[in-house]
Amino acid sequence: MLVYYILLVLISVVTSDYSTVTSYTFQIYTLVFYGICHSYINYSRVFPVLSINYDYVQMPFEVSLWILLASLMKLGFHLLPVLSGVVPESCLLIVVGLLVGGLIRVMGKNPPVLDSQLFFLCLLPPIILDAGYFLPIRPFTENAGTILTFAVLGTLWNVFFMGAVLYGACRLEAGRLASVDLLSCLLFGSIVSAVDPVAVLAVFEEIHINELLHILVFGESLLNDAVTVVLYHLFEEFAHAGEVTVGDVFLGVVCFFVVALGGVLVGGVYGVLAAFTSRFTSHTRVIEPLFVFLYSYMAYLSAEVFHLSGIMALIACGVVMRPYVEANISHKSYTTIKYFLKMWSSVSETLIFIFLGVSTVAGPHAWNWTFVSITIVLCLLSRVLGVVGLTYIINKYRMVKLSGKDQFIVAYGGLRGAIAFSLAFLLSSDDFPMKDMFLTAIITVIFFTVFVQGMTIRPLVDLLAVKKRKQSKCSINEEIHTQFLEHLLAGIEGVCGHYGHHHWRHKLNRFNKRYIKRCLIGGERSQEPQLISFYNKMELKQALMLLESNSSANLSAGVTAAIPRQRSRKTLNISKEREEEIRKILRGNLQKTRQRVRHTHTHTHTDTHRHTHTHTVTHTLSHTHTHTLSHRHTHTHTHTLTY
Amino acid sequence: MGSRASSLLREEDIEEIKKQTGFSHSQITRLYSRFHSLDKGENGALSREDFQRIPELAINPLGDRIINAFFPEGEDQVNFRGFMRTLAHFRPVEDNEKNKDPTSGEPLNSRTNKLFFAFRLYDLDRDDKISRDELLQVLRMMVGVNISDEQLGSIADRTIQEADTNGDMCISFSEFTKVLEKVDVEQKMSIRFLH
Repeated sequence: MLVYYILLVLISVVTSDYSTVTSYTFQIYTLVFYGICHSYINYSRVFPVLSINYDYVQMPFEVSLWILLASLMKLGFHLLPVLSGVVPESCLLIVVGLLVGGLIRVMGKNPPVLDSQLFFLCLLPPIILDAGYFLPIRPFTENAGTILTFAVLGTLWNVFFMGAVLYGACRLEAGRLASVDLLSCLLFGSIVSAVDPVAVLAVFEEIHINELLHILVFGESLLNDAVTVVLYHLFEEFAHAGEVTVGDVFLGVVCFFVVALGGVLVGGVYGVLAAFTSRFTSHTRVIEPLFVFLYSYMAYLSAEVFHLSGIMALIACGVVMRPYVEANISHKSYTTIKYFLKMWSSVSETLIFIFLGVSTVAGPHAWNWTFVSITIVLCLLSRVLGVVGLTYIINKYRMVKLSGKDQFIVAYGGLRGAIAFSLAFLLSSDDFPMKDMFLTAIITVIFFTVFVQGMTIRPLVDLLAVKKRKQSKCSINEEIHTQFLEHLLAGIEGVCGHYGHHHWRHKLNRFNKRYIKRCLIGGERSQEPQLISFYNKMELKQALMLLESNSSANLSAGVTAAIPRQRSRKTLNISKEREEEIRKILRGNLQKTRQRVRHTHTHTHTDTHRHTHTHTVTHTLSHTHTHTLSHRHTHTHTHTLTY
Repeated sequence: MGSRASSLLREEDIEEIKKQTGFSHSQITRLYSRFHSLDKGENGALSREDFQRIPELAINPLGDRIINAFFPEGEDQVNFRGFMRTLAHFRPVEDNEKNKDPTSGEPLNSRTNKLFFAFRLYDLDRDDKISRDELLQVLRMMVGVNISDEQLGSIADRTIQEADTNGDMCISFSEFTKVLEKVDVEQKMSIRFLH
């Protein structure tokens, strides 16, 4: 029926018989409506207007809810300055986790445990990438020897000392501990000894100690991953196999070098690839940050495939790729990368601590007073002994010796964290029947280090009057003079016939400049000396700062503020050109109130040689940022930053 | 004093150098053998050509200035004592040094003396000020030939502007020290002389 009527309508339309069109369309409408009502009445259930289908979104919903909770908690802490001044954020987050876990337990469900796969593949990489990408290279390389010694020898000492003493204690104790054999103790030692980068970052970020100590503890926490990975897999394999031969031990040592160097190699390769890719991204600026993140993550995953050290791969990738990528990408991409990394690492850190708290409530526990207390005491003792002993040896080779205060901070700053927990969680219960006891002990150690050491380190730092980080602005003087000193020292080392630190660094720089920069940096930036890029970056920062201040009153004050105060009077009297500039600014500001489209900020430097440099930053609607340096000799450098 | 052709270092010379510069006995002997190997003319003193033969100095942007720093005002030869005096500036700073010798003047490798050595490398005309031209010369040596004069000029201006506190458009030694107060000069200007 309906079809017949529709055909009739169509024919009428074709024949332009409009009266029939209207009457027949009306009939069609009534038919359709009748049909709907008919079917509506015939069905026994109501057509659902609003229904709930939670299963469809469950996974993403819960993940988002957790992340939202974590971020809200972070927000809340900073609104309570009293609390955040005394207690480090990590402690508060663990407490929140405990509360949430308790809540879930009260509601009758099983609280989720920190899944190791989730931890190692999703939560840890952003933090490490953030650390590696922004690693301060100069202090790191200057102290590389010390850092490596602490990381490798210190961790080894911790592992074997703890394992041996624990085993002895277990033998003595008998009872439930009698079944713990040497291998299990050593494995436990290897899990618990490693200083955790997440915890160190969380606590040290708030106490602002001087750069040297920060890089020592932090560098150690990053580099000891190689040792931990090797020892963990080694002992696990041995426990599985049941027998240990001398050949196995030798293979273990070889394995260490393979893991460490292999990780660095993998990271380096991906870093070079990322740098090379960024050379060609000048037309697709929008996805530049994505390349950085993806290549780094792939480096981490590739290293994990072969059981190499993922952390070292990630650090190597970030360090290798950074100078070249930064020379190639746009300023906005750089800001994006920086803030995305900071955001992800912050969220990850928060989630990790909250989950630690939740897992404490959730996980199966087997409390054993002796084991746990011995573990805590041993952790502290072995750390202190290790640091003191190693520093004694290291100070013979260092130019700036580590004082007692420094040693104390390094020893006290050895915090354990979620990596230890996750590694313990990965143990199989068949090979290690004491897994629950281990877990409980590790959680207690983590709580102890984070709460007790984390909370007391700040007052101790103040008490011992440890040097704090100097808040220094970017200074072109420091850069020039530091480079000058480096050249000078390289020369003096040549005179002495001494192939030291500066000599090799000089050689590396020359190699870098001549070959590598040509390949990996696109365009003419490849020839740019480091000093010039530094200067440009500084000028850009200052221009952007002026842009942001963005009010007419501030602007003329800002222009004169660019020139030191003692000179401002002198220069205002100097030239007509200066007057012209001021007039232009005032005119521009008048225009600004009328047209919101075009903003012109002029920022002038004038010196006694009447040489006027004008930096004009033009910000138009199409978001093209033109930075023009115009000189009297009509030689114009135009740095055009296009987004 | 090493004036004879194939001279060996005498004990009293070693003692004197030790007192003046603070190097240890073994360090002095090792550096003497280096001095001797550089001294192709076998006359107990180094000339500018001897220094220029060192390959690392040839490729160093500041090579000429470093060589000049070894030679005292107006002279063309430097003997072993002068050689050691210059190198003494680069010894690592030791904390217990101050306790040993309160009567003598500041040791050559103190922070101030290190900075003064660096300052004199900038300040060629020895007027105790780094003028804009002197700074420009150093910058030109460090960045090479590709950068234009104007850009270098603006960097130099910016540098002086940042450091200059008394408005004389030059960097005096005290301003130089102030600017570098955050830099760890003790570590940056020290060489580990193996003993």
